[in-house]
Amino acid sequence: MNNPLRRLSGFAAVLLIALLINLTYLQVFHANDLRQKPGNSRTVLAEYDRQRGTITVGSKAIAASKPSTGQFSYTRVYSAGELYAHTTGYYSLLYGASALERTENSILSGTDDRLLVDRLSQLLAGQAPKGGSVQTTLLPAAQKAALSGLNGRRGAVIALDPATGAILAMVSSPTFDPNLLASPQAATEREAWGKLQNDPSSPLLNRSIAQVYPPGSTFKLVTAAAALSTGKYTKSSKIFGPAQLALPLSNKKLPNENKKACGPKNQTTLENAIRISCNTALANLGLTIGNDVVAAQAEKFGFNQSFNIPLASATSIYPRDIDRAQTALSSIGQFDVRSTVLQMAMVAAGIGNQGLVMQPYLIDQIRGPDLAVLEATTPSEFGQAVSPEVAAQLRDMMVTVVNSGTGRRAAIPGVQVAGKTGTAQQGNGKPPHAWFVSFAPAKNPTVAVAVIVEDGGGATEISGGRLAAPIARAVMQAVLNR
Amino acid sequence: MTSAVTVAPTNPRQRRFAELFLILLALIIASAGYIASELGYLGSASNSWLPFIGVCAAIFIAAHLAVRRLAPYADPLLLPLAAFLNLVGLVLIHRLDLSDIARAQRSGRAVPRADALAQLTWTAIGIVAFIAILYFLRDHRILQKFTYTALAAGVALLALPLLPFIGTSINGARLWLRIGPLSFQPAELSKICLIIFFAGYLVVKRDALATARSRVAGIDLPRGRDLGPLFIAWAASMAVLVFQRDLGTALLFFGVFIMLLYVATERRSWLVLGGILFVLGATLSYLAFNHVQERFAVWLHPFNDPTGSAYQIVQSLFGLASGGVLGTGLGLGNPQFVPFAKTDFIMSTAGEELGLTGVIVLLMVYAVIAQRGFRIAVAARDAFGTLLAGGLSIVLVLQVFIVVGGVTRLIPLTGLTTPFMSYGGSSLVANWIIIALLIRISDGARRPAPPPRPARDEAMTQVVQL
Repeated sequence: MNNPLRRLSGFAAVLLIALLINLTYLQVFHANDLRQKPGNSRTVLAEYDRQRGTITVGSKAIAASKPSTGQFSYTRVYSAGELYAHTTGYYSLLYGASALERTENSILSGTDDRLLVDRLSQLLAGQAPKGGSVQTTLLPAAQKAALSGLNGRRGAVIALDPATGAILAMVSSPTFDPNLLASPQAATEREAWGKLQNDPSSPLLNRSIAQVYPPGSTFKLVTAAAALSTGKYTKSSKIFGPAQLALPLSNKKLPNENKKACGPKNQTTLENAIRISCNTALANLGLTIGNDVVAAQAEKFGFNQSFNIPLASATSIYPRDIDRAQTALSSIGQFDVRSTVLQMAMVAAGIGNQGLVMQPYLIDQIRGPDLAVLEATTPSEFGQAVSPEVAAQLRDMMVTVVNSGTGRRAAIPGVQVAGKTGTAQQGNGKPPHAWFVSFAPAKNPTVAVAVIVEDGGGATEISGGRLAAPIARAVMQAVLNR
Repeated sequence: MTSAVTVAPTNPRQRRFAELFLILLALIIASAGYIASELGYLGSASNSWLPFIGVCAAIFIAAHLAVRRLAPYADPLLLPLAAFLNLVGLVLIHRLDLSDIARAQRSGRAVPRADALAQLTWTAIGIVAFIAILYFLRDHRILQKFTYTALAAGVALLALPLLPFIGTSINGARLWLRIGPLSFQPAELSKICLIIFFAGYLVVKRDALATARSRVAGIDLPRGRDLGPLFIAWAASMAVLVFQRDLGTALLFFGVFIMLLYVATERRSWLVLGGILFVLGATLSYLAFNHVQERFAVWLHPFNDPTGSAYQIVQSLFGLASGGVLGTGLGLGNPQFVPFAKTDFIMSTAGEELGLTGVIVLLMVYAVIAQRGFRIAVAARDAFGTLLAGGLSIVLVLQVFIVVGGVTRLIPLTGLTTPFMSYGGSSLVANWIIIALLIRISDGARRPAPPPRPARDEAMTQVVQL
C-alpha cells in the first residue's frame, strides 16, 4: 500500500502547489487589474483616506476633496455638479468612478509615477499623501450656455477651439448630480444610483462622445469636401438636383424635403445645394464620385476610429463596401452612417482651421500637489482633411447657410458665422434628430460647435436650424465674448 | 547476569522538547499577531492579549503534556503545527471581531459577543477531546472492531440535520444541528466515522477488490459485485448533495473513499472509475440543480454580477489583490467586506492582511501536516493503521484544497471549513480528533518493539565473559 500512498502524497503536493500558483497569480500578477476593477471598494476606501486631487476649470475646482468628520477623512464635493457631471464623472464608493475621475485616477489619487517625487517628499516630511490636480480646457460660460440651451431636453453639445482641438464645452443632457453618488451614506448612494439607472433618459450617458447618431445633412459637408478635393468641382459647379432621385438597384426614390427640384431644370450649384440642404444633389454627387472617395474623406475627418480625450469616444462610422443605393443615402448622412457629436464638431473645426483637423483634448494641464505643472498638453494635429483652398470654399458655402439658408438662427450680429443644419431620420416612426454644426468667426475661427437635440426635429430641414442653431449660437457667443 | 550489563533497548528519539519549543514559538507568533491586530485596527493594544495567550498556552501545553505521557513516541510536528493554525485562526477571528464591534457601534446596535472567545472555548473542548482520545484509545486497532458501528454513526450524524426541530438550514445548506444556542455541524464528525469505516472495510475486502477483475477495453476493471461499495459511496455522496445541498462535503467524502480504495488495492482502475463517476455526478447535479448551475456561472464569470450572486467571491478576490505580496498588515485591511470572513473565507482574510507570504506559510503548514500524516501511514505497522492515517491525511488535504481553491476561484466555491482556522466548534473539535488519531497511530509506529527476552545462549556468553 506504500506506493499508492507515496503517489497520493505527491498528489497532495500538486494540489497545494496549484493553490499557491493560483494565489501568486491573484496576489502578484493579477492584483493590479483587480484593484482597478470598478466597484472595488477597498481601493476606493484607501483613496477616501487621502486627499484626492482636484479637477479644475481654469483655477476653479469643480471636483475637490473636502475634509470630513464622517467615516472617511474626506468627502468628494462637486461645486457645480450638474454642469460638469460628464466631465468630472462620479467617484462612488459602491459603483466606482467614471469620466476624468476614472481616467485620471492615478494622478488624482496620487499613485501616478509622475508623482513619485512628491510622494517621496511627503513620505520624508511625514505628510499624508496627496493627489495631483487636473485642469480641464473647459470654458464655464460656454458650458453654461450649452446646458441652458439644451434646457433638459435629450441632446449634447461639443465646442472646440479649431486651432488647437481644446474642448471648450462638453455637455450632455439630461445631466446628473455627481454629489449624490459621493455620499458617504451607502443607502443614499444606492437610491441615487437606482434612480439614475432606471431613468429612461439615461442621464449617466455622455451623449456628446459616447453615443453615435445618424449625422443627417450635416454630413453633406463631408461629401462636398470629398467632391471639391477631387479637383473636378468648385462651389459653383453645376450639379444635378432633381425633386427626387431614383436610387440605383432599387425602385425607391430619394425625395427632397420640399418635393421640389433644387434649381431650374434640375440643376443647381454645389453652394446652393449646401445652402438649402438639397438631398438629391448631394446624394447624386456622392454616387458620381463614388463611395470610396467619400469614405476616404470621412476617415480624414476622423470617422471609423475613436478618440481618447482622454475619455474614450465611441467610434463614428462611415460604411465601406456598400451598394450604390446605400452610397447615395450615406452621402447625405443616412443609412449606416453614425457620428458622435464630437466627430461633427471636428468636421466643422477642421473646415474652419483651413482643413487641418486637430486632436481633441479635454485636459489642459496636470499639476502636482504643490501645483507645479507636471504636464501641459501640446496641441497635436490629427491630419489635413482637406486643402486650405477646399476648406475656404466649404467655409463660404457654410456662411451662405447662415446668411441666407437653413441656418439663419445661428447668425450673430457683427460676426460672420459659418454653419450647417441637419435633420437626421431615425426610421421606425421616431421624430428625427436636430443637428447644427458651425464655427465663428468664419475667418480664423475661435470656436467650432456641434449640437444635437434628440428626437427634436420636425419634418423639415428647418427644424435642425430652429432647435439646434440657437444653442450653437449661444455657445459661440459665450466663447467670442470671453 | 546483573543489571549493569543489561543492554538498554535502543531508544528512538522522542523529540518532545522540539514539540514544546515549537508550541512556544507558535504562542509567541500568536501574541504578536494579537497585539498587531489591535494596534492596526484600533491604534492601541489592550491588555487582553495576556489572558488570551495565557489560556492558549495552558491549553496547548496541557496537550503537549498529554502527548508526553500518553504517546511519547508520536511525531513531534503534528501538535505544534495544528496548534499554530489554530492560534492563527484565533488571531484572525479576534481581528474580525474588532471590525464587527466597530460596525455595531457605528450603527448603534448592541455589541456582538466576541467570536474569538467562543472559538477559544471550542479550542479547549477540542483539546479535551484530543487528550481523551489519547487516554482512552491506547491502540488504534481497537477502532477496527467498530467498523460497522462507525458506518452507522457516520450515516446517522449525516442524517441528523434532516430531522425536524433540531436540524437547521443555514444559507441554503441543511447542515446544522441547533440545540438551544449551540449549533453543530455533524458532517465534520461523520467524516471521521466514515474514514474509520472505509479503513476497516477495506482492510477486510482489499484482497478481493484487488485481485478479482475483468478486462474491458484494455483496462482492468473490478468484478461487478465488487463495485457495490463504490456505488454505495457514490450514492451516499449524491444523497448528501441532494438532501443537504452541500457540494463540498459530497466531493470530500467521495474523493476520500476513491483514494482509499486506490491505496488499499493498488489498482489505478479505481481512480479511473471514480473519475468517471465524479464527472457523471457533477454533470447530473449540474443539470438537476439550479444552485449548482449558479455556483458554476459565478465561478466562470464572477464579474457578471459582482454585487449580487458573485459578491462573496469578488470581495474575496479584491481582498487578496489588496493584500498583495506582503499583505496590508493585521488590522489594516478590510477583510470584513467578505461575507463569512470568519468561516469559509478565513483564508481570504489571511491573504488580505498577511499577504501571499502569510498564505504560503499557512499552506506549507498544511502541506507538512499532510506529509507527516502520509509518513505515519507508511510507517504504521498494520494495514488498518495505514489506511486510517492515509484517509485522515487525504481528507485534510482535500478539504484545504476544496475550500481554499473555492475562495480563490481556482475551483467553484463550495462551502467547507478551513481546518483549524475557520470559526466553528464542530470543525475544530473534529480536526483535533484527527490529529489525536494520527498521533496515536504515529506513536504505535515509532514505539520500539518490547525488548526481546534475552536469549539463553547470549546469557551464557556473558557468563563466560565474567
